[in-house]
Amino acid sequence: MAYTVRLDRFEGPLDLLLQLIERQEIDIHDIPIARITEQYLEHLEAMRRLDLEVTSEFVVLAAQLIEIKARMLLPPEPRAQEEEAAEEPDPREELVRRLLEYRRYKEAARYLSQLAEQHGGRYPRLAEAIEPLAGELSGLEGVTLEDLVRAFATVLAAARETPEVVVEPEEVTVAQQMDAILRLLAATAGPVTFRACFSGRATRLEVVVTFLALLELIRQGRVRVRQDRAFGEIVLYPAEGVRAEPAGGEERGGRRGAGAERESGGETGAAPAAEEAAPGGTPA
Amino acid sequence: MEPIRGAVEALLFVAGEPLSVARMARILGVGEGVVREALAELAEACRAPGRGIELVEVAGGWQLVTRREYRRAVEELLQPRRQALSRAALETLAIVAYRQPVTRAEIEAIRGVQSEAGLRTLLERGLIREVGRKDAPGRPILYGTTPLFLQMFGLKDLSELPPPSAFVPPDAPSLDERGATPGTPPDGGTSTPGPGAS
Repeated sequence: MAYTVRLDRFEGPLDLLLQLIERQEIDIHDIPIARITEQYLEHLEAMRRLDLEVTSEFVVLAAQLIEIKARMLLPPEPRAQEEEAAEEPDPREELVRRLLEYRRYKEAARYLSQLAEQHGGRYPRLAEAIEPLAGELSGLEGVTLEDLVRAFATVLAAARETPEVVVEPEEVTVAQQMDAILRLLAATAGPVTFRACFSGRATRLEVVVTFLALLELIRQGRVRVRQDRAFGEIVLYPAEGVRAEPAGGEERGGRRGAGAERESGGETGAAPAAEEAAPGGTPA
Repeated sequence: MEPIRGAVEALLFVAGEPLSVARMARILGVGEGVVREALAELAEACRAPGRGIELVEVAGGWQLVTRREYRRAVEELLQPRRQALSRAALETLAIVAYRQPVTRAEIEAIRGVQSEAGLRTLLERGLIREVGRKDAPGRPILYGTTPLFLQMFGLKDLSELPPPSAFVPPDAPSLDERGATPGTPPDGGTSTPGPGAS
């Protein structure tokens, strides 16, 4: 006789068994093991017919059920000695313990989802690194640190590797490169592209030093950087009223002090354009 | 009080994550009582009609969150990157919450199914983390819950979870609690079980 019980989705063999028991309002401490085993096996068969994967876990439990059923049928073993200890343990005992334990956590899971439901819909501020809104001197217009780093990585990738045989390191200093950038800006009427600063910089060392020089110039407010489109070309231009001429080597000390300043400039006003274009406001 | 209240609000706004009273008191150089008072005032101010945020106490601290009634608008903006947790993940999470520190094998013994996927989801969501290794063959990884878990479920701390015995259906005869002692919740005896389902 096909005895069918409608079940919810179950999360595994224990869940299936538990649902079979609960649907029929069977006392979990006194499971009619033969009947339940039969139904359980029917469900596995149904799963197979539906092409649902019957994982080994289901099969293992089936075997355990059959074993329990067999032990229930066997007469209790004759005691070799007079072990009048505990009476023969019920073969179902272990299964019942597992079912009860699983059921407890299943309930706890349900409780958690209720909690989440109650507490849900409240959102904290997005956990992103806060960048202080750009001060007037940041000199980074629409350029984020990521943009700079990305541009830098491109240039760096193009730089030829320093040959393995280093005889003597070339003397390239940040101060020198700062001067070089300023000279370049002074010599060019319009803005200079980020890439152009590195043209002719052959080795990685030179590229790195040039990048540091550029960051330093931005920090000192002597060069401004702008990016008009997300992922667009970054361009440099001299800051207003700054003598775009090399200031000799005395800049070396300029790196000290002002240590409290953040190297990372925030964005001026504009929302992070490169990120998702969030709707400006929510309609009232 | 006013300036402290403003400072507390500023700190909470910037932090985004829950801040403990002790930490705020340290930063502001005032006593914890003063901070608590400021928090009470701030919570009160947030309750005014037309406000969009509220102050909640979670995960051992205080946090500013958007009010539930504006959920739709906020989610429209955030495009919730997360879907609800699957039942399998929730079961796994419940076991980790109560039995921590717990190994994958222990979880699977209770659930009777492979739980690797559930664990991975929970780790990716930052709801659980590895808390060490068990002194057993193979040195299996031990898992525990994170502060984010408390935040997500609006809990001040783990002891707010009802004791496992609360999860016995009323019809079931009370049974021996063998093997079901909670892992961490230092349950002070009787915490109030169950949420008042709103």
